[in-house]
Amino acid sequence: MKKLTLPISDEDIRALKVGETVLLSGVMMTGRDAVHKWMNDAFLAKKVEPTEDDLAVYEAIKPILDGGIIYHCGPVVSGDETGEYKFIAAGPTTSIREEPYQADVMKHFNLKGVIGKGGMEAKTLQGCMDTPAVYFHAIGGAASLIAQSVQEVLTVHKLDFGVPEAMWVIDVKDFPVVVTMDSHGGSQHETVNEKSKKVLEELMQKS
Amino acid sequence: MQDLTQEILELIRRTSTDLPADVEAKLRASYADEEPGSAAQGALDTILKNVDLARKNSTPICQDTGTPLFYVHYPEGMSTRKLKKQIQDAVVQSTKKSYLRPNSVNAVTGTNTGDNSGDEHYPTIHFEEVDENLPLTIELMLKGGGCENVGAQYKLPNVKMGAGRDLAGVRKVVLDAVHQAQGKGCAPGVLGVAIGGDRGASYLASKEALLTKIGAENPDPELEAMEKELTEESNQMGIGPMGFGGKTTVLDTKIKGLHRVPASYFVSVSYMCWAYRRRKMTVMDSEVSYD
Repeated sequence: MKKLTLPISDEDIRALKVGETVLLSGVMMTGRDAVHKWMNDAFLAKKVEPTEDDLAVYEAIKPILDGGIIYHCGPVVSGDETGEYKFIAAGPTTSIREEPYQADVMKHFNLKGVIGKGGMEAKTLQGCMDTPAVYFHAIGGAASLIAQSVQEVLTVHKLDFGVPEAMWVIDVKDFPVVVTMDSHGGSQHETVNEKSKKVLEELMQKS
Repeated sequence: MQDLTQEILELIRRTSTDLPADVEAKLRASYADEEPGSAAQGALDTILKNVDLARKNSTPICQDTGTPLFYVHYPEGMSTRKLKKQIQDAVVQSTKKSYLRPNSVNAVTGTNTGDNSGDEHYPTIHFEEVDENLPLTIELMLKGGGCENVGAQYKLPNVKMGAGRDLAGVRKVVLDAVHQAQGKGCAPGVLGVAIGGDRGASYLASKEALLTKIGAENPDPELEAMEKELTEESNQMGIGPMGFGGKTTVLDTKIKGLHRVPASYFVSVSYMCWAYRRRKMTVMDSEVSYD
């Protein structure tokens, strides 16, 4: 099993192939629906004027994301009253909802990967080839187990998005993932889709 | 009337952190079935380790604690208004204790309420009155957003699929739903299917169907046969745990038949994830027990 520490080099990313299991360590950030929309609207597509807070958050996350990873996750976090945050449950959310934004976000910030579940589609696959980056599939619902890999919650941005949608900056150790989309156009999701489609067609012929 | 808020809180804790025995047993059997060294078997291994850990530490099995769906059978004479308040309070308190994630977002403004308070539909509470001599039972199902998103409602006839208004047609649309899901919704999942109803009743019933145990026999022999067939054929698609490719895509299928108006024929599929969290508490006088 490969062990990779963030930030990850382009060489290490190019060496990864679909089906490989990896243990990830280092500092990463959570980000899902609200975060991707915020990134797109304020900084990529520039639909809205960023506020002072937006600009400050952008400067703070840029170095983490450069050679880094966004984890599609809405965690259960304790300590909201004291500010001493601890991750209680933190499995992945379904990534496909970020498909409109992901490739552009990857390129803009020089991400080396996103972690999620269910995979992503053609635009993101192209983004993986170009950036380069890969899609790391975490095990859906392995929430307590993954939370244990979080050594420390370093900080949180945009808590006004709500706990599940905020940007949680976390230091992880040996977070287990499987590469299901690599930087060479390989996608486990496409393979399974094609195979299952053939079976479905046969089943539909039976009356 | 008794204040059962703390007891309901305990029901929530158990449902969120302790996977029911029938589900765990089925997952273990599926693990043994998969190819050693495969991503599919690896996924099930991680899932089972997580189930153990969550139970041991009393932490949520899955971070998406979903929509809390309560099904209350109350003896004649109890106040549903007061029970509703106790349930809502228990949900808020469970969230403070991290048994539930604050999951209630105002759909118009985008603001998370922060404490899991919602509206008249969240948490979802169904009440059914029973004879005054029977105990109060409260069943709770936590159904996450990921699997909810891959549910589907079909109208028959469906010309594109060649599906008519009969069980053969129902079979086709359910298989289509499983294929479309591609294991998203955290396969291996469980299918709750309702045939008939208006759109609302159809979806509601498809979730009620999920309250039975894995492998529970359908009282209608025709539906029982269809449940087995759908599970077997879904698995032939080879989508596997997490959509990694593998032998188990669906753990079980449950079908409920309703009535319908002549013009409509709906088939609703509620897709339940492997983290099939449902538990029941029973209150007889002052005795409270949990399943």
